[in-house]
Amino acid sequence: MREKHRTALTWFTISTVALLVAAACGAGATPTLSPATPTPGATPTPAETPAATPTPEGKIGGTVSVYGTWGGSEQESFMAMVKPFEDQTGVTVQYTGTRDLNAVLITGVASGILPDLAGLPGPGQMAQFAKAGKLIDLSTVLDVPKYTSETSAGFVGLGTVDGTLVGVFIKSAVKGLIWFNPKVYTAGAPATWDALTAEADRIKAAGTTPWCVGLESGAASGWPGTDWIEDIILRQSGPEVYDKWVAGQQKWTSPEIKAAFETFGKVVAGDSVYGGPTAVLSTNFGDAGNPLFTSPPGCYFHHQASFITDFFVKANPGIVAGTDFDFFPFPDINSTYAGAVTGAGDLFGMFHDTPQARALMQYLVTAEAQSIWVGRGGALSGNKNVTNYPDETSRRSAEILANAKVFRFDGSDLMPEQMNSAFWKAMLDFTQDQSKLDEILASLDLVQADAYQ
Amino acid sequence: MDPRLLTAAVVVVGVPAVLIGYIVATEQVLRLLPERHRPRARPWLWLLPALLFLFVFLVYPMLNTIVLSFQDRYSVGWVGLANYEFVFTNAATLGSIKNNVLWLVFLTGIAVGAGLLIAILADRVRYESLAKTVIFVPLGISFVAAGVIWRFMYAWRPPGEPQTGTLNAAVTSLTGAGPIAFLIEPMINNFALIAVGAWMWTGFCMVILSAGLKGINPELLEAARVDGAGEWQVFRGIILPLLLPTIAVVSTTMVITALKAFDVVYVMTNGNFDTEVMANRMYKEMFNFSNFGRASAIAVVLLLAIVPVMLANIRRFQEQEALR
Repeated sequence: MREKHRTALTWFTISTVALLVAAACGAGATPTLSPATPTPGATPTPAETPAATPTPEGKIGGTVSVYGTWGGSEQESFMAMVKPFEDQTGVTVQYTGTRDLNAVLITGVASGILPDLAGLPGPGQMAQFAKAGKLIDLSTVLDVPKYTSETSAGFVGLGTVDGTLVGVFIKSAVKGLIWFNPKVYTAGAPATWDALTAEADRIKAAGTTPWCVGLESGAASGWPGTDWIEDIILRQSGPEVYDKWVAGQQKWTSPEIKAAFETFGKVVAGDSVYGGPTAVLSTNFGDAGNPLFTSPPGCYFHHQASFITDFFVKANPGIVAGTDFDFFPFPDINSTYAGAVTGAGDLFGMFHDTPQARALMQYLVTAEAQSIWVGRGGALSGNKNVTNYPDETSRRSAEILANAKVFRFDGSDLMPEQMNSAFWKAMLDFTQDQSKLDEILASLDLVQADAYQ
Repeated sequence: MDPRLLTAAVVVVGVPAVLIGYIVATEQVLRLLPERHRPRARPWLWLLPALLFLFVFLVYPMLNTIVLSFQDRYSVGWVGLANYEFVFTNAATLGSIKNNVLWLVFLTGIAVGAGLLIAILADRVRYESLAKTVIFVPLGISFVAAGVIWRFMYAWRPPGEPQTGTLNAAVTSLTGAGPIAFLIEPMINNFALIAVGAWMWTGFCMVILSAGLKGINPELLEAARVDGAGEWQVFRGIILPLLLPTIAVVSTTMVITALKAFDVVYVMTNGNFDTEVMANRMYKEMFNFSNFGRASAIAVVLLLAIVPVMLANIRRFQEQEALR
């Protein structure tokens, strides 16, 4: 009996060890959180890609691999956007979405395993890839004069490194919109930040928290807070300070930047924000606006870029733009800098020069392609010729982008990655404990001195 | 045909073919040697492929990492000890070292302590295998999956809203107190993460310690009991000393596990709210900031921290071998 027991135990131990080894190998092989990441072998490099042999109908065939940050409904919209391309050319688009795109691409640049096309994390990172010679010169792919004429000059400039066009915008977003529920909030758009603060105080006095904020976003947690700071700096201290700050020439401890953090601090203070600072830290940016639609409302205002409408509609079926949600632009803080707008866009670059990749790139910049995503909602076009906005709300946000007196790109995306990452973290730390502001800003100064070398 | 199928076929057929071919070839080579040298040469020839793999995939990368740690972020210029200075002066890396110490002490303590307790208690019940299986199962889950599962367990909703997290649902309904933000609250969050690690590793410690326990001669325990020793005395005086070598092996394994902690932190907090550990810092320096010098310096510091533990482990193995 005892002997039998032993044998069973031995087998148990052996299988345990085998399991452990398997588990250890498995764990080591998956450092990133992207279940959809294909095996490296699945990414066709130019050498492996079957030669493009036009079929009788003029189809190219083959595949093109694309990496981006979109998941969920954004991914569906991207796939809908490339569907006509797939039908027309016979090329299969293999899309992989990951929130840790930056790490995936940096590893890819080092190892040589890269997708054909990729969404680029931001102009700063794009410039690094371009300087490393990894991005294809798009003037050899696109009709540049046509692209330039169809795209706003600012976006063309942001995609250009040392005079070479390496990134194009396939969609864009206006940042700094204040969303509200017109059925609940009826006082109209405040003209100034002071007027908005007065409204917020009135709501607070009536027993409701005026604001909803959510900073959680996986490996990128904190970024919605950086948008707040950017919007405040641009309107409080002006474009000159903003540009110096983005370029690393304005200290974080300077009065202008500190004032911006303090302004934001009033929004995420315990009695101002739905659920208190803990809710701000633990709520995903996509879900943060949902208390606007509850009864009674959890909050009255939510600050987010134009793309958030997609999240509103998916999480609250049946709500309609204009009737259930609407926005007003981030109000001016200092009248000297009235009419300033921040925005962002999704840059696209090309790592492999294959016929399939060229064809997809040429397709993505067209008004036909971009109007598909725009029509599905949640995106503004990078192309001026796209006008099929599905509702008044989207059309108005596109107008804001087109008519901005002062336009600035998302500042944190332009900073070196180390600075950007520290900025994200600072937003979380500051929200958690506002009394540490001086300490947090001093540590950002240290990163600034280090990251811009 | 999918090229991956071809690759798979080549691997499945090719690798064994090459290995068998290598053995046949070494025997041919050995025939050229005089008879008496053959027994001494054979083991080295058989070991050669393994040693080559070891060198290419373990020794060379390690040496290269050490070299990189003295170079700048692009691995071009030499910067001396600047990267190490960064590791030991930067607030973020110092914080991650502190958290690693927390992991080391508490993960090892909890997993080994609970593993020992469960192994001893389970030894005395009839449903031993069931009890042990339940404790062991979490080890079969991937770390990332465990992180995702525990994010749900720890989930926090504003007071007044229905609590979707299991733990907070229990806390609010049983005590009436407000929900606890396990992953955000300082003082709590590191322990919340370590608890996930302990949940996964207790089963491992238990299995090994249980096996050690079964190896103790039952007559010894019986004799002690006949002589009137209480259960506590039996444990202190006989079980613990005899189990000590096993406990040491399990503990060193857990120390190494604690120093390597990454996945749970990456998935659950990404190192925010002062929960970062060294492996996460290394990942960020390497893959987010592409600073190869600093990332390598952190890797070397981790390596140096593990070396004494490894040496102790090897010495113990040698002592045990000598006893046989």
